[in-house]
Amino acid sequence: MKYVIIGNGAAAVGTVEGIRSIDTNKENTITIISSEKHHTYARPLISYYLQGKTDPERMKYRPDDFYEKNGCTLVAGRTVNKIYASSKTVLLDDGTEIGYDRLCYCTGSRPFVPPFAGLDTVDKKFPFMTLDDAEALAGSVTKDSDVFIMGAGLIGLKCAEGLYGRAKSITVADLSPLILSSILEENTSRMVRAHLENKGIRFLLGDTVEAFNGNTAKMKSGIEVKYDILVLAVGVRPNTAVIAECGAKVNRGVQTDNKMFTGVDGIYAAGDCTETFDISCGQSRILALMPNAYMQGECAGVNMAGGSKDFENAVPMNAIGLIGLEISTAGSYCGTVCEKKDDDCYRRFYCENGLLKGYIILGDPCRTGIYTFLIRNRIPLDSVDFESLMADPCLSALGDDNCKCLESVV
Amino acid sequence: MKRIFINKQWCLGCHLCEFNCAFANSGKTSMVTALKDKQVRPRVRVEEHGKDTFAFSCRHCKDPICIKSCISGALHKDNGIVRIDYDKCVGCCTCITVCPYGAIARGDDGVMRKCELCVDNMDGTPYCVSNCPNGAIVFEERD
Ligand SMILES: Cc1cc2nc3c(=O)[nH]c(=O)nc-3n(C[C@H](O)[C@H](O)[C@H](O)COP(=O)(O)OP(=O)(O)OC[C@H]3O[C@@H](n4cnc5c(N)ncnc54)[C@H](O)[C@@H]3O)c2cc1C
Repeated sequence: MKYVIIGNGAAAVGTVEGIRSIDTNKENTITIISSEKHHTYARPLISYYLQGKTDPERMKYRPDDFYEKNGCTLVAGRTVNKIYASSKTVLLDDGTEIGYDRLCYCTGSRPFVPPFAGLDTVDKKFPFMTLDDAEALAGSVTKDSDVFIMGAGLIGLKCAEGLYGRAKSITVADLSPLILSSILEENTSRMVRAHLENKGIRFLLGDTVEAFNGNTAKMKSGIEVKYDILVLAVGVRPNTAVIAECGAKVNRGVQTDNKMFTGVDGIYAAGDCTETFDISCGQSRILALMPNAYMQGECAGVNMAGGSKDFENAVPMNAIGLIGLEISTAGSYCGTVCEKKDDDCYRRFYCENGLLKGYIILGDPCRTGIYTFLIRNRIPLDSVDFESLMADPCLSALGDDNCKCLESVV
Repeated sequence: MKRIFINKQWCLGCHLCEFNCAFANSGKTSMVTALKDKQVRPRVRVEEHGKDTFAFSCRHCKDPICIKSCISGALHKDNGIVRIDYDKCVGCCTCITVCPYGAIARGDDGVMRKCELCVDNMDGTPYCVSNCPNGAIVFEERD
């Protein structure tokens, strides 16, 4: 059996660990092909790297001996240009062909840059997706830099946090009138924005660039923004081109079944390049999140190696800190809203049909996993003491029966 | 593998395990210097709901969702024990968002802390177990 994995991020590592949980025979080789040259690293940590809280050595997502221990060959710095599904081979950018029996497509996503007028006149511009991007940005920013970030989503704001204190000023623009619109609703979005403005971040919302001209951006609103460094974090798109060409179904992301199988003989897919069925909203969507990528990869790996595993309780979940404010979110924001406020924490819950569907917590993230458990396991709220849980998440308020479905609680 | 369990009917809710845990993980030799005037951050906690009380800490799950979700690769298994590489952890709190037991919390230095069965601290028995006055917390092999 020959396994091939395209990509070397969380989904790929999950795939390797899934395969080896079933197939421990190292003669069944795993070849990992990755455009990026690095040892597998924790992508979300690139903003912590800018902050100086970590470094490339500590950012390694798995120890140095990971590939060797798991019988993997890493082909780093090479890109797969084609998958020939009929002959079960992949073609690399240097002309090499590699055969596979089982393939996992874990290509993640890439920054999306709309065709802004005059973008080519900007000297120092960076995407913020890879360790190389972060290193280039770190090498360019100084205490005197005025930084302009396009995009007030997770990536743009994590970049702002990373540069906070390293630059003279940070301005963030977004077409949306709200920041973090993918994970927050209006009230919480305003609270987070107020916090960041307090820290000195300037926002231009509901506005976008009409044209760039060297170190100046002219906004649609007429405002002019001066900057030395431009970060483009407008959005990302899944890397689906290669797999679409070999016949797999691609909607926004690669389509798979619960076993992460694409329907093309021997080919599985996992991670940010795929769509996932989100049980909290009952819809298929791209959940570009690290835990999701790992678990999908693991599921694919088990099935590739002949085991049987389904990935069927995906919910979006996020824990993100922004210059001293903790934000924890999970699920979908539909149904009735319940709020709880105290001095250092704001909690907002969404309930529908007797189930918890989602939450947004600003402040102390203490034991929020108990709420996530209620969502993922669709625990009927009438079987728990939800009033007490909302104020203080604890196991005892779950009741004995619900505790039993946890792994040996008491 | 031996894990920590609680015999609920014997738990008095005295919270001594919390102080002993914080002491055991403090690296100090005296409980007074370890805990006096400090915020106690135990890795075991006593839950109280109505008349019910029980001490509770990490389950060292067979299939730990915290490890799968860790965005830095800091959480890992070491001989069955779920452990944290403090050098790698950046304190993002993703593990807190997924642990269904609420068994992980932030330490004073911003990175995560959880029960690691006192492997680096004492003589092989978790300190909450050896100091539970009523023998309610036990360290044993169960399926
Ligand atoms: C700044 C930032 C912060 C983030 N913060 C968080 C967070 O706090 N929490 C969270 O859950 N998620 C976060 N994410 C998202 C998280 O990083 C992704 O969900 C995760 O990395 C997805 O893993 P993956 O394996 O699917 O893809 P990736 O990690 O993107 O890996 C895919 C790899 O495949 C390679 N590749 C693509 N095409 C080919 C090809 N044809 N041939 C060879 N190689 C190819 C790519 O170069 C890339 O190296 C963040 C992302 C960014 C950028």
